[in-house]
Amino acid sequence: MRIGLFIPCYIDAFFPEVGIATLELLERFNHEVVYPRDQTCCGQPMANSGFNADCAATEALFVRNFSGFDYVVAPSGSCVHHVRENFDAIEQSAEVKEVRARTFELVEFLHDIQKPEGFPWARFPHRVGLHNSCGTLRRLKHARPSELNEPYFSKPMDLLSKVDGIQFAMPARPDECCGFGGTFSVFEEVVSTKMGYDKVSDHARAGAEYIVSADTSCLMHQQGCAERIGVPIKFIHIAQILNGAGA
Amino acid sequence: MSLPAKPSEPPMLHPELRAADDADAIHKDGRRLDHAEGSSRALQSRPEEQPRGAKIHGSRPVDQAEAAARFIAAPEHEKMHDERLWDLRQKRDREMHGIPEWEELRSLASVIKEHTLTHLDEYLDQFEATAQRNGVHVHWAQDAAEHNRIVHGILRDHGARSLIKSKSMLTEECGLRAYMASVGVEVIETDLGERIQQLDNEDPSHVVVPAVHKLRTDVAQVFARTLGTDRDNSDVHYLAESQRQANRPLILAADAGMTGCNFAIAETGGVTVCTNEGNADLSANVPKLHIASIGIEKVIPRLEHLAVFVRLLSRSALGSPITQYTSHFRAPREGGEMHVVLVDNGRSARLGLAQFWTSLKCIRCGACMNTCPVPAQRRLELRRDLFRSHWPHH
Repeated sequence: MRIGLFIPCYIDAFFPEVGIATLELLERFNHEVVYPRDQTCCGQPMANSGFNADCAATEALFVRNFSGFDYVVAPSGSCVHHVRENFDAIEQSAEVKEVRARTFELVEFLHDIQKPEGFPWARFPHRVGLHNSCGTLRRLKHARPSELNEPYFSKPMDLLSKVDGIQFAMPARPDECCGFGGTFSVFEEVVSTKMGYDKVSDHARAGAEYIVSADTSCLMHQQGCAERIGVPIKFIHIAQILNGAGA
Repeated sequence: MSLPAKPSEPPMLHPELRAADDADAIHKDGRRLDHAEGSSRALQSRPEEQPRGAKIHGSRPVDQAEAAARFIAAPEHEKMHDERLWDLRQKRDREMHGIPEWEELRSLASVIKEHTLTHLDEYLDQFEATAQRNGVHVHWAQDAAEHNRIVHGILRDHGARSLIKSKSMLTEECGLRAYMASVGVEVIETDLGERIQQLDNEDPSHVVVPAVHKLRTDVAQVFARTLGTDRDNSDVHYLAESQRQANRPLILAADAGMTGCNFAIAETGGVTVCTNEGNADLSANVPKLHIASIGIEKVIPRLEHLAVFVRLLSRSALGSPITQYTSHFRAPREGGEMHVVLVDNGRSARLGLAQFWTSLKCIRCGACMNTCPVPAQRRLELRRDLFRSHWPHH
């Protein structure tokens, strides 16, 4: 398959290793992965802050960059959610609709479309705590949220369970928000930080050496919180583990 | 340290003869009898002071970030609040898992609400007609101000100067207490949590548990100031009983009673109120005059629909299978009068908003406030903001 690699702007700027792991992982499955050079932010921060009309230019550019691929894959739940569920600042032409429908978050793509038997190149002999970003959990439906009385499932857990040597630490509040929330962390600094402290402490009490997530932005926030209160825990994106990091 | 005589004890008992665990006992050498690890004098830690709610600056937006920062800076309050709401959440989840058809019930409730809201005019007319047939006076209020004027008008017609009231978020939304104070009517809240908040001159911090942000030591301070209790005694039974003794005479002497409404049933004209303290029954039945304030979104078509909502409400709100009291008021008590005030206050405008009309399905169980950690840690500020901005023209 021909895949357009969509690397969200903050991953490009702060966590390029996550983008690289995503590229390598997709290439391991023999896909033709293309990184359109002109890509920018998809417009999510503007839309979330109530400036939807201001997204028009970034949305149009996104469609120009990612039109014509079999799939567009990104290692970020909130950006994919914006593209697929919002993204209406521009006219909804057939091309726009097509690009939106073909855009997938990495875990979704692997779990629902790639369906790999395993990740034989990966080995991660550590105790990890899975962080379900609240948006990715409830909007992209990565897993069953704990407040619903529905059968259990977890796409990231299914994938991680295929990695050799991995063990899981189960926090007491499995899918509580870590307090990042994009601009929320700026405007509600104290609440955001307190939630981050609580989150990393919960994982540490459960015995996690690493917190793993499909959302780098949550990890960025939690990493800052952990460093500030001295919680000795490491952070890693799910793409890195599945691609064989630490092996 | 002086040793004041305890009037209740035999006056001549020498301190050396007192039991070793008596704080006033001393050794022969004059030292207090103290445990080796104990303190040489009785120590009393000062309870952490309650952080106050958001500072209100007229109609400007509430600065909830500032208020939340102060609340989080009070570790005992923050910890207790967080644990209490998480406990509510866990109890709710346990109840949910005890009902295999839980999600089906929620969907059914949602569909009933959707149907009702898309035929709201018809069901409101039906409710009005059946209520009138039952002998109930029905009033319509366009907004909060009209609601307050109507209630005041009913009270004036009866020469009522005091009003006992069960917990109602609609009357909070309308600012009823402040209005009644301005026209010289005394309002007495009959729900314990709401009464605490009233005595402390504070808004409720949660739609279900209005004083959840307070420690019992905070309540001891409030009651000491307003009811004359011992400020150092924060035993919950003592506090609850003291409040009960202070409030009962006010309830018995009240001129009028008021309740909110959880569900208004179009088919029967009945008003259903769910409480855990039986205080809606006191408010509605003790005085001869009962006024129920009802948001127009509270109407449901038939009595059988009530069963769906009653199964959901308390499980979602408190993690209990049902509230202690589910009270149905359908007609005035013998020799009394019953009025209902149907309040719009922005609801019909909201009904016309394609993206927001579903908010009118809300049954005020408060589960979202216990599940999302943002309100759970912000407390009062969010609620104040919610009351003020919930309806479009606020």
